[in-house]
Amino acid sequence: MPVIDLANPTRFLKLVSRVLPWLAAVTVLLFIVGLVRAMNAPDDYQQGATVKIMYLHVPAAWLGMMGWGLMSAAALGTLVWRHPLADVAGKAAAPLGAAFTFICLVTGSLWGRPTWGTYWVWDARLTSMLVLLLLYLGVMALYWTAEDPGRGSRAAAILALVGAVNLPIIKFSVEWWNTLHQPASIFRMGGSAIDPSILWPLLIMAGAFTLLFFTLHLAAMRNEILRRRVRTMRMMQAQELAEAAS
Amino acid sequence: MNLGPHADFIVAAYAVTVFVVAALVAWVVLDYSAQRRALGDLEERGVTRRSRRSGK
Repeated sequence: MPVIDLANPTRFLKLVSRVLPWLAAVTVLLFIVGLVRAMNAPDDYQQGATVKIMYLHVPAAWLGMMGWGLMSAAALGTLVWRHPLADVAGKAAAPLGAAFTFICLVTGSLWGRPTWGTYWVWDARLTSMLVLLLLYLGVMALYWTAEDPGRGSRAAAILALVGAVNLPIIKFSVEWWNTLHQPASIFRMGGSAIDPSILWPLLIMAGAFTLLFFTLHLAAMRNEILRRRVRTMRMMQAQELAEAAS
Repeated sequence: MNLGPHADFIVAAYAVTVFVVAALVAWVVLDYSAQRRALGDLEERGVTRRSRRSGK
């Protein structure tokens, strides 16, 4: 099937119903492997067992940012090509990205208390992640409260593109400003600073969380396509009733 | 497995994550069945999409 055919919602739905069970099964398997490896990984020499929070916190942070990147790409599809599937992808990604950003903030806070001695500081990394969560809530409000869905979608797409400015700020905040949050230790010049015995479980958990994101995203896109069909059919029914009455 | 003196923080982090992921899964599954039900109701009442009417 050529890739362009997937732009057709009906074909996309068929593909989703075929792919989704497999994707969900692989996600569960990867989570089992990742959790077993994470629970059996050695403690950090400084942080002790609290390093186990990293296996949730870091993937959630990556997915919070990836979700916004996905929304920004979808926003281009909505604004430039006006493709309905791009709009569906953007709308479906918003609650998922918000949820992972929330997990990142809460687990980071729970990790910060025993390691830093505080749940929260207004440093650049933490604050820019909080801004990301607020931006997600703004996009969701635009999608879900606009009276005219088309208008809401365009406004949400513009906010998604403008908000993308926050992504490099989050990424480089630990280098641009003096932060309590540690600098990059996984993807950095000179290789990862993390011992392989801790790094591998982290990468497997990151893979599992990423697959979970895409599984939920495809399922949420399917729901959104069906919701739009229901809306169209209800409008057609109302129109027919109005015509019959007049 | 010994979680050390900060076990409460580790358990809380995992509990929050499981709760949020479970909520996302529940939202997606329940929303799907709600949309399927709504579509079924409309089709039962004879409402069909234009593409179906034209046989596309």
